[in-house]
Amino acid sequence: MQQNEMKLEFDSHSCNESFARVTVAAFMTQLNPTLEEVADVKTAVSEAVTNAIIHAYKNESVVKSRFVKSEDTAEEAGRIWITCHIRDNLLEVEVRDTGCGIADVKRAMEPFFSTAEENDHSGLGFAFMEAFMDTLEVESAPGEGTCVRMTRRIGGGRHSESICGKTDAFDMLQPEQDGMPPKSQYDGNDAGNILLSDGR
Amino acid sequence: MDSVFSIAGTVMTVHLPAEIDHHTSDRLCAEADKLVQRKHIRCIVFDFAGTTFMDSSGIGMLIGRYKRMRFMGGTVAAVNVGERIRKMLEVSGIGKIMDIYEGMPLRTPAC
Repeated sequence: MQQNEMKLEFDSHSCNESFARVTVAAFMTQLNPTLEEVADVKTAVSEAVTNAIIHAYKNESVVKSRFVKSEDTAEEAGRIWITCHIRDNLLEVEVRDTGCGIADVKRAMEPFFSTAEENDHSGLGFAFMEAFMDTLEVESAPGEGTCVRMTRRIGGGRHSESICGKTDAFDMLQPEQDGMPPKSQYDGNDAGNILLSDGR
Repeated sequence: MDSVFSIAGTVMTVHLPAEIDHHTSDRLCAEADKLVQRKHIRCIVFDFAGTTFMDSSGIGMLIGRYKRMRFMGGTVAAVNVGERIRKMLEVSGIGKIMDIYEGMPLRTPAC
């Protein structure tokens, strides 16, 4: 039985998102993955790491008060840990932080739900992790940090499920029938094959 | 950032970077929104020709720009979408609110 493990620790800065996913991709190379499998895992890792960077340590006063009472050292503030474990062709990825934690995990995992203050967050992080990995577990509680565990069997030829059938969020964003301009004025010719419009 | 955005009339094309994640999309959104206001843009075309990686931050960027453009009576579209990006867009279901093209359509929209 082939077993291997690596552990990565880094600051919760957004410039580390690319580094984190490339590192996991490099570690899984020993499983001879397809390009698609690498891309899927990189996306899932990117989602988990981004969640930690955006949310975990945003409420710094909470983190500070925790450290006053706990044995944790100041060096642990704002850190993210990634552990990858390989057993035969099964890849396990764990992304952990010691930040503010998630109050309602089930709600957080709903597609399009986001607690981020800025408007440009899609709320699809967990949905994408679920779509691109075989399993997803989230362990979190307020003040207790968050641990995301995902697995993917490499070489399994998995087809990613679409989330668009599971939610009508995009239906609510569509323009009304009258008074709004049509979706686009593009000519759907062979030079610009329209891929995913529903033809309205 | 200057070479990322090209403007022809009221159409702004955003030449997206190789990797679209939270780190790169934050700044892109801010710059795009500033230009839309200043140059009275009515249509944003997202050009994925150079993009090899995108996560849900990219979807958030598209949704955010769509909402802003729709509020002003404009549109957004995605062009030069490769196989990997097409998969991401498909999984998210964003095709319901914007046109997505594998290549570059011959006719530009009359926004």
